[in-house]
Amino acid sequence: MFDLDKWQEIFSTIRKNKLRTAATAFSVFWGILMLVTLLGAGQGLQNGVQQRMLLDATNSIWFFTGSTTMPYKGMPPGRPLQFSEADLKAIEENIDGIEVMSPENFLFGNFMVRHGKKGASFGIFGAEQDYFVIKVTQKYIAGRKLNWMDDVSARKICVIGDRVAEVLFEPDEDPVGKYIDIRGSHFRVVGVYRFEGFDIQQSQRIYIPFSTFQRSFNTDKSVNLFAVTTADGVPGKALENRIIKLLRQRHLVHPEDNRAFWTHNQEDQHRSILNLFIGIKSFVWFVGLGTLLAGIVGISNIMIIVVKERTREIGIRKAVGATPRSIVSLILQESVLITAVAGYSGLVVGVALLEGLNYIMEMAGANVEFFNRPEIDFTTAISATIVLIIAGAIAGLVPALRAAKVNPVVALRNE
Amino acid sequence: MISLKDVHKSYPMGKQSLHVLKGIDMEIREGELVSIMGSSGSGKSTLLNLLGILDTLDKGEYHLGGELIGNISESKAAVYRNQSIGFVFQSFNLIPFKNAMENVALPLYYEKISRKKRNQMALEYLEKMGLLEWADHLPAELSGGQKQRIAIARALISNPKIILADEPTGALDSTTSAEVMKIFQEVNHSGKTVVIVTHENDIARSTERVIYLKDGLILDKNYQLPAA
Ligand SMILES: Nc1ncnc2c1ncn2[C@@H]1O[C@H](COP(=O)(O)OP(=O)(O)O)[C@@H](O)[C@H]1O
Ligand SMILES: [Mg+2]
Repeated sequence: MFDLDKWQEIFSTIRKNKLRTAATAFSVFWGILMLVTLLGAGQGLQNGVQQRMLLDATNSIWFFTGSTTMPYKGMPPGRPLQFSEADLKAIEENIDGIEVMSPENFLFGNFMVRHGKKGASFGIFGAEQDYFVIKVTQKYIAGRKLNWMDDVSARKICVIGDRVAEVLFEPDEDPVGKYIDIRGSHFRVVGVYRFEGFDIQQSQRIYIPFSTFQRSFNTDKSVNLFAVTTADGVPGKALENRIIKLLRQRHLVHPEDNRAFWTHNQEDQHRSILNLFIGIKSFVWFVGLGTLLAGIVGISNIMIIVVKERTREIGIRKAVGATPRSIVSLILQESVLITAVAGYSGLVVGVALLEGLNYIMEMAGANVEFFNRPEIDFTTAISATIVLIIAGAIAGLVPALRAAKVNPVVALRNE
Repeated sequence: MISLKDVHKSYPMGKQSLHVLKGIDMEIREGELVSIMGSSGSGKSTLLNLLGILDTLDKGEYHLGGELIGNISESKAAVYRNQSIGFVFQSFNLIPFKNAMENVALPLYYEKISRKKRNQMALEYLEKMGLLEWADHLPAELSGGQKQRIAIARALISNPKIILADEPTGALDSTTSAEVMKIFQEVNHSGKTVVIVTHENDIARSTERVIYLKDGLILDKNYQLPAA
């Protein structure tokens, strides 16, 4: 394959037939450019959707309360339900297959949170250490998360979202170690997180340890909602059903009352998102490969014309001793070379286009719904390159075999 | 050197076939300078192409240098064409995008001789033809006589035993034709067998023997040309 002399022979042919080569190269260049741009756009769509929809750990299940809708054991329907700390304890003791678990409580109503002269209204939440394992969309940019020691000691501390920090503190001020005033109590800030999901509201939250929350704001030991994550290999749906069953028993709810408790299972959501992505990806590859295929057919046609044009040259080469094999490899290698170089250029230009788009979107601070960071990953680029080389070989094969069959007597006959 | 026994060749023409060579018996000894004459369409080119293994014969035997050329494979034929036979055509058949030197060097490329060596050899042969200063010119920039001398240099470069020329002067004026024929005579004196197809008496006259072809048969193995 690596025969320098043969490559020089091919290069000299290409150099002396620039227009023909350029025409051939362009169709491949275009095909790959389309493929890369499409794949990048598909990835952008995927990134956008992911950001929009994925909030928490993909193996998390969230539990909420509603009201009963069926009479049971002498109780009428329409009874409002509420979780309690005892429920959580019972689940912990009776249900296995749970990796981590945390309640989430929040304060109802609007009231000011203050720091110095500044003040604004924010959501106040109580949560345990495990909660911050589930909230994968929180990225800590200063200080630390809340942990179980904070809970055990019911510390008067908090972590805050970046919006909270922006509003309550000066731009050059480090919130960590400062105190904020929540309903007359002072809480020391121990960490600041940036919320990386789409739900912008979540960057305007203040979290305090769960035990502190219960003591300060919620003395009836009720729980608004809670989340669990499944242990490795435990199916999410099954775990969800077991927990719901226990909750129904504890709250005297009819075993078939599906509205009394409701859940948000990230596993389901995650699966449908994955399916969506697979759909988008297949579509993009389908369209992209179609474009590329058109490019290959284009090259193949051009190469066939080229072979026709070069019939006399091939006849001459045969008359001075070219073997059929050398003719095949001459045409084939030329095709592969043109395809590879043109395709690679398409790849580079395509990636540059995506990067440029990315840069512009970032500079303009554009926040297009369901579209974010169009990009193409390294493996995709590599597979596209391999596809290219194979494409070049396929495109060159038919013309090359034709060239090998050229009859020198016919080719060299005087016009 | 060359020996044909009852050689037939037809070309398919639609459903029928055109019987061009109808039983050729012919001997050409090593070192001869022979011309093949005959009217247009008598099968001269067909015969020469068979001798040069550019085409295959339908029936009969062809011995080249004592070896039987039967239905040899394409790649074996390529080796013969590369090393044993040098071809010269009426229309020169130079590759238009290669310069004079590269055209002359082409057979050596298929002999797997390095670029440097074959270009150097090509220059030597161009010098012999008096064309050294034209080495980097494209065929389109050269006259017919120059082109034919380049084609001859190409035929000679792999040092073959036999030179086959199909109407080599057909596109040249009479002065140039005479010069080209002088080159063929020198080539013949250096020990090579030379076979020239022509329909011009002047050309045939400068060869040692004339084989006369008529309607696919040899009319005369030693045709005597009318006096000039
Ligand atoms: N490849 C071919 N296919 C069909 N017919 C051919 C082919 N080559 C030559 N012929 C025919 O064979 C006959 C002899 O041709 P050729 O050998 O070229 O004659 P000459 O060279 O003596 O003029 C002509 O009638 C020509 O038309
Ligand atoms: Mg002829």
